[in-house]
Amino acid sequence: MLKMALKTTFSWFVLISLLLFLFLADLSLGSVPIPIGTIIKILTLRADIDPVLRDIVLEFRLTKAITCVLAGGGLAIAGLQMQTLFRNPLAGPDVLGLSAGASLAVSLIFMSNATGLVIFTKDAPWAVALAASTGSAIVFSIMYVVARRLQDNASLLIVGLMVGAATSSIVSVLQYLSKAEELQVYVFWTFGSIGGLNWAEIKVLMFILIGGTGIALVTIKSLNAWLLGDQYAQSLGINIKGSRLRILLSTSILTGGITAFCGPIAFVGLAVPHLAKLLVRTTNHKVLIPAVVLGGASLLLFCDVLAQLPRDYVLPINAITAMIGAPVVIWVILRKRFVNP
Amino acid sequence: MVMEPGIKLSAAQLSVGFNTNRAITYLFKDVNVSLKAGQLVCLMGPNGVGKSSLIRTLAGLQKPLAGTVVYSFHGPTAVPKNISVVLTNRIHASMMAEELIAYGRYPYVSWNVSLTREDRNQIERAIDRTEIRHLAHRQISELSDGQMQLVMIARALAQDTPIILLDEPTAHLDLNNRVHIMRLLRNLCREMNKAILVSTHELDLALQTADLIWLSGKDKNILTGVPEDLVLNGLFDEIFQFKGFDLKTGRIAHEADRKVNVVLTGSGHEYLWTRNALERAGFTVDTAQSQAGQVHVEVTYEESKPRWVLKKENRLFTLSSIAELIEVI
Repeated sequence: MLKMALKTTFSWFVLISLLLFLFLADLSLGSVPIPIGTIIKILTLRADIDPVLRDIVLEFRLTKAITCVLAGGGLAIAGLQMQTLFRNPLAGPDVLGLSAGASLAVSLIFMSNATGLVIFTKDAPWAVALAASTGSAIVFSIMYVVARRLQDNASLLIVGLMVGAATSSIVSVLQYLSKAEELQVYVFWTFGSIGGLNWAEIKVLMFILIGGTGIALVTIKSLNAWLLGDQYAQSLGINIKGSRLRILLSTSILTGGITAFCGPIAFVGLAVPHLAKLLVRTTNHKVLIPAVVLGGASLLLFCDVLAQLPRDYVLPINAITAMIGAPVVIWVILRKRFVNP
Repeated sequence: MVMEPGIKLSAAQLSVGFNTNRAITYLFKDVNVSLKAGQLVCLMGPNGVGKSSLIRTLAGLQKPLAGTVVYSFHGPTAVPKNISVVLTNRIHASMMAEELIAYGRYPYVSWNVSLTREDRNQIERAIDRTEIRHLAHRQISELSDGQMQLVMIARALAQDTPIILLDEPTAHLDLNNRVHIMRLLRNLCREMNKAILVSTHELDLALQTADLIWLSGKDKNILTGVPEDLVLNGLFDEIFQFKGFDLKTGRIAHEADRKVNVVLTGSGHEYLWTRNALERAGFTVDTAQSQAGQVHVEVTYEESKPRWVLKKENRLFTLSSIAELIEVI
């Protein structure tokens, strides 16, 4: 038991150190490389720093790094819950079609000329975020109603995927009918962006994360019990319908909110739960939830660091997350083949 | 609702089945049965008769088509603390056996799943009772079917419920495991005064361990009775339609295709097993020594080892194993 306790403490130590290291690395790398020593001085609000450097760090890079932490952590929790609920290792936060719903709403803003409607102008400050959350919320309502009526999760998963496919097809039509400039704006949005949030938006994102995570935390018992299947879970006193709806709500808040501010970020929610389980080696969500938050934050910071490696421009974050995430997914499948022939 | 003391669960006019869009299918209709503390009941019937559905309905996991299940305890939240189940579903997860057993305490723990000392005591007691201490830290994916069943039973034990319902717990297990589990369940009834229902179609074990049999398969009803009564009044034969098997003697019918009469004398286990071998090989075994020209076999002992003395066509053979005996005959 002592060996296991040491292993657990070691795992947490690794995760937290990794996060801190990547956080500082993300702050120091970029078009103007700033040494870590200076970063620390800036963060501790020392007065004797070049104000230009201070601005770069506090106004741009800090918000970006914090967004990485919040978005990465939030998507990871959403992905974990989806994988547990559907007992499918390939589920991610987008299986419910929420990102697709958000994308549809955003595309209506950017490419509204094609439809002949102008719903918002894209200059209205919170327009994109509001549209994305509305899109997600509508998909969530559809999934909520469906979840209340369906008995089993496999069907719910299929409905989610189909809703996602349907909304994506509408977006395709809009893209087809749009002008080049509008299309480009929309496509840029789909690349995902974690920079460019101001402190007000970060505050909202933080509330979203706290809300979604809070719901997930009170569902720990049910999440654990889902691993045994719904009959055993029910025999242990779990409210099947209630916990399913709570999981749905938490995932929607997290995925919808994050997509609203950062665009659809792929693969983080799917890959992080697997990576975290490698390290902490348990299926107990009491341990997994904090582990995936740290892991998701670290992963997105890492992807952001990679995205800034080319000096002259910044790579789109979704490209990097896919490059990291796809090998992880392949590895999951191969590992399953070996373990369960 | 006031129930007789000792009755833990009572089904009244219960109808079990499923309801699809097109039709209602009744597996059981108007069943009235009850479970008593300290009793091991075996639910028996041919495959497909609906034993699993009945168990799920009694456990509150499935809604009945009609009728009610009444419990001696009150309130819907009390169900998990009073009924535990062992089903046929396989668990696909990677965790240690001990973690799986700990799930049995979920009705008692709070949202953050922290185990109290009492919880840990119950888990340890369950592990000791099922004698799987050596499996506690193994991954469940590495366990054999028999070991996994014991872990699931330990989990149900950790749940500390007066009623346990098990659905075919001994299916696919070897003889040792089957006997171990049935004896464990019977001891739990006696020592912990639990009411245990086991669905099985293994007649041999049920006849020797059950206090009561619920026999299903006739008119969607359940006949209850003590095992021996059901054997003697022929109800088992009716339900199971045995072909070539005589339940009263427990013997399979053999065709005497060798058309040779063997007169067998002797006593004890060796006599019985020699008879078994001869009948299986197609001989007719007699004890009367009336006709001449018959084959005589006598089971004797030489230096406390069994020997078979075969007298055939006035020749005498002394053989030291049944295999030799069958060959020479």
